[in-house]
Amino acid sequence: MHAFALLGYFQSYQLSWSYLFDQLVAGVTLGSLYGLMAIGYSMVYGVLKLLNFAHGEVFMIGAYIGYFVLVALGGALSPAVPVALLIFLMIAAAMIGSGVLGVAVERFAYRPLRKARAPRIAPLISALGVSFCLQQLASIFFTTQYKQYNPFGLSGGTLTTPWHLGSFEMSWMQVFVILMTAFFMLVLWQLVTRTQIGRAMRAVSFDLEAASMMGIDVDRVVVFTFFVGSALAGAGGVMNGLYLSNTWPQVGFTVGLIAFTAAVVGGIGSIPGAMVGGLAIGLLKSFAIGYWSSAYQDVIVFCILILVLLIRPSGILGVPAPQKV
Amino acid sequence: MSDSTPIVDAPVHDPEIGADEWVSRSGDRTTRRGGLIGRAEHELMRLPGTIRFFAFFGLLALIPVMTSDDYLIRIGTVTLVFALLALGLNVSVGYAGLLDLGYIAYYGIGAYGYAMLASSKFGVHWQAWAAIPTVVGATVVIGFLLALPSRRLSGDYLAIVTLFFGQIFYTLAVQGYKVSLLGLNKDLGLHSANWDVTGGPNGIANVDGFRIGSTTAITDHAYYYITLAAVVLVFAALHFANNSRTGRAWRALNDDTLAAQVMSMRINWLKMLAIGVGAGVGALAGTINGALLQGAFPDDYNTYVLITIYAVLILGGAGSLSGAVLGAIVVTVGLEALRPGTEFSDWTANGRGLFYVTILIVVLTMMRPWRRVLAVLGGTVVFGILLHVIIGAAWPRGVHGGILNSASTFDHGGSMGWAIRHWLVLPAGTFQTGGYTVFNYLVVLLIAMILGLTLLKGWMRDALLVPTIWLAAEVYEARLIEEGSGATRFLLLGAGLIVIMAKRPQGLLGKPRVEIV
Repeated sequence: MHAFALLGYFQSYQLSWSYLFDQLVAGVTLGSLYGLMAIGYSMVYGVLKLLNFAHGEVFMIGAYIGYFVLVALGGALSPAVPVALLIFLMIAAAMIGSGVLGVAVERFAYRPLRKARAPRIAPLISALGVSFCLQQLASIFFTTQYKQYNPFGLSGGTLTTPWHLGSFEMSWMQVFVILMTAFFMLVLWQLVTRTQIGRAMRAVSFDLEAASMMGIDVDRVVVFTFFVGSALAGAGGVMNGLYLSNTWPQVGFTVGLIAFTAAVVGGIGSIPGAMVGGLAIGLLKSFAIGYWSSAYQDVIVFCILILVLLIRPSGILGVPAPQKV
Repeated sequence: MSDSTPIVDAPVHDPEIGADEWVSRSGDRTTRRGGLIGRAEHELMRLPGTIRFFAFFGLLALIPVMTSDDYLIRIGTVTLVFALLALGLNVSVGYAGLLDLGYIAYYGIGAYGYAMLASSKFGVHWQAWAAIPTVVGATVVIGFLLALPSRRLSGDYLAIVTLFFGQIFYTLAVQGYKVSLLGLNKDLGLHSANWDVTGGPNGIANVDGFRIGSTTAITDHAYYYITLAAVVLVFAALHFANNSRTGRAWRALNDDTLAAQVMSMRINWLKMLAIGVGAGVGALAGTINGALLQGAFPDDYNTYVLITIYAVLILGGAGSLSGAVLGAIVVTVGLEALRPGTEFSDWTANGRGLFYVTILIVVLTMMRPWRRVLAVLGGTVVFGILLHVIIGAAWPRGVHGGILNSASTFDHGGSMGWAIRHWLVLPAGTFQTGGYTVFNYLVVLLIAMILGLTLLKGWMRDALLVPTIWLAAEVYEARLIEEGSGATRFLLLGAGLIVIMAKRPQGLLGKPRVEIV
């Protein structure tokens, strides 16, 4: 009887292919968002060897900026402009706002410590302070209530209503999130590999001191890195709001923690690694929610993190760094 | 400058681990304070550490004798609990240099463990002498287990993994009211399919006080002395541990793990020991908090509390035991001063007196020479009066507000209240519902100005300091007072952390570390 108890754990609908496909699509969508966020962690870590705890809050502020643009343009039910333009404006405003916020965080919280050659623990504490500050600011100004994006109202609900392929289903919103993420990834990849500033970024990431001796303006590269990473987080925030339909002051903390896990799992410092890690964690979470329990999803993600760190400490796509003495 | 070993007056030539000797001593010479305060500090530091230790804690022991205000004693107990927490965290973060962000879990396990062993939850009512060692011992074991990843991880990786430990503890505490053992609860002899272990979001209430024999500790005085005794014992024990072979090894580990390993130190064991010892102290603080609050509630053990503990330790100076205690006093009393609606006394209700005195002390101690101090303070007074007159002329209602003396009543507050009303700009109706929300923007402006202060130097900074002090007072009177125990004081705590890190990364009593490349 006990053996059947385990098998009977799953409902019959959970054992169908279409349910599996649903989890897969949801996982890839969620994973894209995590990946977008993880890139920010990874880029900053690559350049400064700094764990930017405040990145999650930048994401959260981006989500709020998107929400307020949405409200200013009439809300989801009666938008004043075409839906495509509306979403474009939301994402653009959030990217600019978050980018500027990220640069400000770097300027006030991290740069003084870098200049003072503070021990490595100091910027982490500063980052905790920033994260704390931004969360409290959000709860003072925007209240702790959930802000509803209400994406089900956008163009009569066509974006969120799933369409069917046989017995499988997915929605335009999921397609949109996945395609946008792919687009951002492509642009970022071109930026890092093809442009002057991208090359400078890679040089600084390789060796900050040597790069500065070669005439690279390290501060400029750092500001650029923070801007790009934070702008991607802002875009992620808006898409998260559109996909999951709401935002609240603590949204960044939870998502940030998981996105950092994704960055570590993928190999921190590596941009494709962040994306791979994000997808892996997104799929994992989605399957954990679908087949086990939503209460313990973070525990499952965490166990994977521990496993990856123990088996392959430098992550899936990371290169182990030789320690020089 | 205090040293990291405050009890023993170390000879000057004793080589100090963790700081470059020459640089730190020459740095000490250039940054040493002058004037009366510097002289007093210097004389104080010449006393043997043992005397300072007993004098300080003796003074703390006298506080309940000097005041009969239960509220003050309760604040004192909370301060001591935070001091205890910071002392424990100091072992892993300050000595061994392991950024343990899961520390909150040990604190929580201590409280929940005690609550389960001494309440009607499971019908067991253990005596304190049995419950405390059991809980602390169990937590040390858990600490050792959770320290296992530190064998392979370091720095930020360890931080994130341990942060997850804290999150998992919180998740388990909140979700632990419907534990289902794979649907086999009934077969395992449990009555319900959802076994309630932690009480979920409501926590465990009606926990016994510490009980020995038939005596139960109930009064605030009792807990004050229990906590003080715990702090004194842990302080002394850690001091001796720090000066032992293990303590030196910990600090060597912090300086250079690889070198320590080459010197044949058992670094993995040392790391686990540091986290384990910290876990034990955290659990001790947890049992005290559980008995003090007569309950264990998940929101007392969340990330905010963790950040507060870190603020305490970092402010005081990681690696310094006396710093941990000082940090606890500054942070707890500071947070309390920013929590209006509680009676301190008379017109100083809402900790208002403390707020102004703190600003005054900071300006007096941080600025030299005297004419700069006078210029800034005088400028602040004149600035406020001018602004009051100008706004009063343009918009009379804008200066008609009273000042709030506690959460419910407001009056004119005597002569000091008169001074405040004629110095600040308090519009009529500030304290009606929603009337104070416009001051939210002043909070943002205040933060921007404080951050701006870190960018400027010389007379420009002094000039900016004048409106900043005035704005801080304005925000306090018009915004914080009304809000009560809300988000703004934590906001200011976060901002304070950033500014402290930027200005003095080693904390108040910490030693500046010189990174040798």
